[in-house]
Amino acid sequence: MEIFTEHVNGIMIHKITIGHIHESGCTGCLAALMDNYQGIFTILDKYADLVYGLTLVDVRKIPKMDVALIEGSVCIQDKLATDEVREVRDKSSVVIAIGGCACSGNITRFDRGGQQNQPQHESFVPVSDLIDVDIFVPACAPTPEALRNVCVMTYLLLRGNDEQKALAGMYLKPLMDLARSPYGSKASFNTLMQEVINLGLCMGCGSCAAACPVRAITMEYGKPQGLRDLCVNCGACFSQCPRSFFDHELMEHHEQIMGMLKAVMQ
Amino acid sequence: MANKITVGHVHMSGCTGCLVSLADNYLGLIKILDDYADLVYGLTLADVRHIPEMDVALVEGSVCIQDHESVEDIKTARKKAKIVVAVGGCAASGNINRFDRGGQHNQPQHESYVPISDLIDVDVFIPGCAPTPQMIRNVCVMAYLLLRGSDDQKALAAKYLKPLMALAKNPIASKANFNTLMQEVINVGLCMGCGSCAGACPVRAISMEFGKPQGARDLCINCGACYSQCPRSFFHFEVMDEYEAITDIINGAMK
Amino acid sequence: MNVLGKYKSVVSARSTDKEILKASQDGGIVTSLFAYALEQGIIDGAVLAGPSSRPWQPQPFVATTRAELLKARGTKYNICPQISMLKEATRSYGLDKVGIVGVPCQIQATRKAQLYPIGMRDVPDKIALVVGIYCMEVFPYKGMQLIVEDHAGQKLQSVKKMEIGKGKFTVITERGNVTQLPLKVTHKYEQPGCHVCLDYVANTADVSTGSVGSPDGWSTVFVRSRIGEDVWGKAMAAGCFETKPIDQVKPGLEMVTKLATEKITKNQKTVDERAHFGVGKALRNPYI
Repeated sequence: MEIFTEHVNGIMIHKITIGHIHESGCTGCLAALMDNYQGIFTILDKYADLVYGLTLVDVRKIPKMDVALIEGSVCIQDKLATDEVREVRDKSSVVIAIGGCACSGNITRFDRGGQQNQPQHESFVPVSDLIDVDIFVPACAPTPEALRNVCVMTYLLLRGNDEQKALAGMYLKPLMDLARSPYGSKASFNTLMQEVINLGLCMGCGSCAAACPVRAITMEYGKPQGLRDLCVNCGACFSQCPRSFFDHELMEHHEQIMGMLKAVMQ
Repeated sequence: MANKITVGHVHMSGCTGCLVSLADNYLGLIKILDDYADLVYGLTLADVRHIPEMDVALVEGSVCIQDHESVEDIKTARKKAKIVVAVGGCAASGNINRFDRGGQHNQPQHESYVPISDLIDVDVFIPGCAPTPQMIRNVCVMAYLLLRGSDDQKALAAKYLKPLMALAKNPIASKANFNTLMQEVINVGLCMGCGSCAGACPVRAISMEFGKPQGARDLCINCGACYSQCPRSFFHFEVMDEYEAITDIINGAMK
Repeated sequence: MNVLGKYKSVVSARSTDKEILKASQDGGIVTSLFAYALEQGIIDGAVLAGPSSRPWQPQPFVATTRAELLKARGTKYNICPQISMLKEATRSYGLDKVGIVGVPCQIQATRKAQLYPIGMRDVPDKIALVVGIYCMEVFPYKGMQLIVEDHAGQKLQSVKKMEIGKGKFTVITERGNVTQLPLKVTHKYEQPGCHVCLDYVANTADVSTGSVGSPDGWSTVFVRSRIGEDVWGKAMAAGCFETKPIDQVKPGLEMVTKLATEKITKNQKTVDERAHFGVGKALRNPYI
């Protein structure tokens, strides 16, 4: 599978434009993106121009862009923040919620306000509570690989040939469905219980236990048990579970897709 | 009383605690059965084998989807009853059955339990573990008034039941737990720190820290009491304005 | 859907390693292949189902030596959450080239972890060899205990081997007692989550194997991917296995196809039934 790029005097004219929008989060998602090391250079060299990002890009106002990567949840008492996400939605073709805070609230669900010097900032919602979000990349932090994959696939969706567009569409569909589903934005260990275990879908593979960043899940007699007090609401367990979403047709091509991802990152 | 309604108690996977709670109305239960409702179905209580036609089905417990008979029972209850009431956390939101992972002798494969609204349309939710005797009493009296009352009484009963009916149609309510209180009240800027949730929680999982609810989530049993007790989950002014009339009618009915 | 999935080649095979064969379930394919891969540095460790403190309850563990590999021989027929150790293998154990063996659903989980590594940081590129085992269904531990102790009348501690085949669940004790139960008896104890599984031969593994289709003591081996082809080819060249063409053994590929079709047809029906499980309500379908 070949990647479509066009050289004109050494400049890639077909790159997409990407912005990083920082709402209430810990910058861990951005760090995870950087943890692609050389990969982040490849992405920025070949596939995407970073047109917005706090401290990263010297741009004050949110520009028009193809893809907005939003990190963090939104404080509804902070008018600047709520205005900002609305503006992002208006100016971007694709809005991607990266990380637990943006997707499902994550640790900001535990915020009760009272912090100097804005003690009234106490209510934080996932971005999809305020604007339509196109793609979810859950987990705290989201993995470098997941962010890389979504960047590459979004590039292919917007700039690829028909075959690449179809593949990228297939790959991104479950993450788009997650962004629209009623439980995606409310995910926690409870969601794994309610949407998988209680519905007779769990077969005890242990994906949830491996995915949990806080080691809240253990496998007892072959089934997941959660220490819910530890759960940070990142949604990793549910979305990693092969019984949350699994597209047989796509997975059959796992080797080609892995190969393609490797090739484009070189 | 020729005008009594017919009520059945349908027992799915639960601990019979909801039924005990109904009985905890003491003389009130006798009053209800004497004047307002005939119990036409109930395990060990009514000598009836098959679920009969009835006005109101009070369903307790969640449904094991691996248990064919339970699934058929709940479907039958829906077909035979005009009004289906999910009584208690198990029926309404799964409650402790959410923690079931199977492995119990001698049906280890019975492992997946869902609230009844996952399988059938439910008309009224009474959350809580156990639901309070007073809530069950209120719903019984109001159901009687809705079906047999004068026009005024019908209107009042409809008003009273409306939020509980809305709850039954709300997908959030069938997944209720302390997270729901966070997601639907606290995180969306509605909490004013009254402490209703802490007062309602049957397992004392909620404490008020600096005026806001904090949950020991490992204790939460998914009963939905905190969320539904919260005045910011639902609060209908047109119902609450009738506070006195509603109290009077219930007290009057129970005399 | 092709019930056998995509594959490059299929043969009937048996390990040439006497030590491995002594306690393996059938042809010793999984243990021999991992032993070879470990020896050659193709993998530096493998996530396997090993023994635990309870009899016949497997527990996932990471093997980094041949001696450890040998501990995982034989089929246990109840749930072992290997995937729970997948990230651990790359973290606590520091492996860069991880081998994993699993039943089809676990191989699906592995591939999902690679393509959608939502909570599986540093896992996708470190999976070096994925070996799948055919699976009709498994039992939860308590279900298996009930079959062996209540129905077969044997203590779990005294059991030497369990087998499922030819319509029977067979329990063989250390002292040589053989009890057979018709699968009709054991069906109700199967893990419910298995009944929505649409994969019998681990369609997305690099190599998948199982006894079905081959004579006693032999296994049927599908080589599916470039990695699978490479590793299998090298192991063959090194003399790890003896093979026979699949069309020259009984009962052959026909039997694999038959069982795969049976499983997938039966479970597709379960998935379809879930779409109208309640009164006008569906239970969630994970595949759409």
